[in-house]
Amino acid sequence: MRSKLRGRAILIIPAALGMALVILPLIGLIARTEWGNLVEHLSSPIVWPAIRLSMITTITTLIIAMILGTPLAWLLSRSSGRAASWMRALLTVPVVLPPVVGGVALLLAYGRNGLIGATFFTMFGWRIPYTVVAVILAQVFVSLPFYVLSVEGAMRSVDSRYDKIAATLGASPRRVFIRVALPLAAPGIAAGAALAWARALGEFGATITFAGNLTGRTQTAPLAVYAALQGDLQAAIALSVLMLAVSIAVLGLLRGRWM
Amino acid sequence: MNTPHLSLDAQIVASRGTFQVDLPLHAESGSVVALLGPNGSGKTTSIDAIAGLLPLDSGHVKVGGQTWADPHTSLAPQERSCGLVAAQHLLFPHLSALDNVAFGPRSRGMPRAAARARAQAELDILGIGELSGRKPSGLSQGQSQRAALARALATDPAVLLLDEPLSALDPTTRAEVRAVLRRRLDEFAGVTVLVTHDPLDALTLASQLVFIEDGRIVQSGSPAEVIARPRDPYVAHVVGLNLYRGEPTDGTTVDTELGPVVTGGIEHTGSSWVAFPPAAVSLFPSHPEGSPRNSFRARVTSIDVLGQLARVRVATPDGTSIIAEVTTASVAELRLHTGTEIWATVKAAEISTYPA
Repeated sequence: MRSKLRGRAILIIPAALGMALVILPLIGLIARTEWGNLVEHLSSPIVWPAIRLSMITTITTLIIAMILGTPLAWLLSRSSGRAASWMRALLTVPVVLPPVVGGVALLLAYGRNGLIGATFFTMFGWRIPYTVVAVILAQVFVSLPFYVLSVEGAMRSVDSRYDKIAATLGASPRRVFIRVALPLAAPGIAAGAALAWARALGEFGATITFAGNLTGRTQTAPLAVYAALQGDLQAAIALSVLMLAVSIAVLGLLRGRWM
Repeated sequence: MNTPHLSLDAQIVASRGTFQVDLPLHAESGSVVALLGPNGSGKTTSIDAIAGLLPLDSGHVKVGGQTWADPHTSLAPQERSCGLVAAQHLLFPHLSALDNVAFGPRSRGMPRAAARARAQAELDILGIGELSGRKPSGLSQGQSQRAALARALATDPAVLLLDEPLSALDPTTRAEVRAVLRRRLDEFAGVTVLVTHDPLDALTLASQLVFIEDGRIVQSGSPAEVIARPRDPYVAHVVGLNLYRGEPTDGTTVDTELGPVVTGGIEHTGSSWVAFPPAAVSLFPSHPEGSPRNSFRARVTSIDVLGQLARVRVATPDGTSIIAEVTTASVAELRLHTGTEIWATVKAAEISTYPA
């Protein structure tokens, strides 16, 4: 009896500690929130512009990811060659790469002396780093792969015999994509979009490296939290609680599919 | 109906992995060609090659004078006038039966209203017109397979490819859908290629049987020809005949793997097929005296009872099998069971011979 209890304790103690390490910080955040003054704190001068910028950039990012990523996911889901394996591996890199490294990479590609940034600057006079465009490029870099890999999985599970039947019925590849692949993969596309959007909303490392932290111009919500921590703690807390609520809402949307 | 002459002329040379098919196929408009053969003999490979889902290694596919594929051209599947139905109905789950059937005409540029009218008409012909608003999840197996047929036919294809269209259905539904298909194919102007391994499908639906094994034709002809004179053990198995090959030793005897078989008479020279129906075989507990000149000692290997009749498979000591059809009463009288030693006899007059 005693040995049975002890055997179980060996499992329960680390399990409980593990849960605590995850839950405690969240409790800490909620416990320190001044719920009565939440709206007032949210109206701090750095908070509102950050929320607005985050909304605009993440929605733009999501649209770009869906327009470019959906056909990419479809083509990958119907390819089995070595090239497709390599593309999948390359797409996985930004998912596991430290975001700061992603920021450095973006800077070296689009910066004034960068791989194509130099051309943009000499030909059109465009300066990409430290602009809204840079914020969006950073978000696309981290969230597009998320979107593609998740949607590819959904599309791969659509029986390829449906595409073949559609082709024999006279459907062009474009029509097969729009009329067959998209509707059949729709739940997977929605889940992929939610995940990608949440990933874009949380983007910090690549953004601060590549786009900077300029209030009203490149300071997204996560960057504003970081900035507010230096002075206005309650504003940082209020913004954090808002983002926590958004994350929970996204989880709710994915419920039933992923949980 | 629409196009006057839609003959199919194909030499299909295609491969999947290391397996290769090399198959000539010719059919006139309105005819139904059944492709029969054991699993892995190349039936589906041939169908996919006609539909353009699998490239030809060489050869050609020509339909009504138009080249679909040859060494220089290969039309994409959507450019070929083909209808395909597989064992699984594969209806698009997000579309109603009507929209599934209208998908083909719409893809080929027909205006929406006309496509839906065409689809409704096709569903009506196949007897499920009143179910047109249902999603595939609300249709039974048989109804789904009819809708799949309607979808393949709604584009008025030059070639209709049916890949085991009835094999996933239960026996009652299968008979129903077979009857519907029979009636619809009578009206169909194009060429139908039917893959099956159910002899009943082939005999009731097809005007030409093509038996393939290992990617090659082993026998082809009209159902009547093939039933009367099978030229391959698999064909004989399908049409239910005992078949042996051998060399004639005189005007009536052929030396086969069964031993010398005395026949009703040989009217050709050279190697010969020897065939007799299972009903011509009698079973005796000991060596019979008198008239039958062909007696073979054998052991029972299996017994299938079908009402009043039983199919008894026996094997001679060297393993050659003979199928006998006897009454269920005689199975009981002879106390037959697997392993029983018996004598199988066949009257010479019931044995036919033809050149191999």
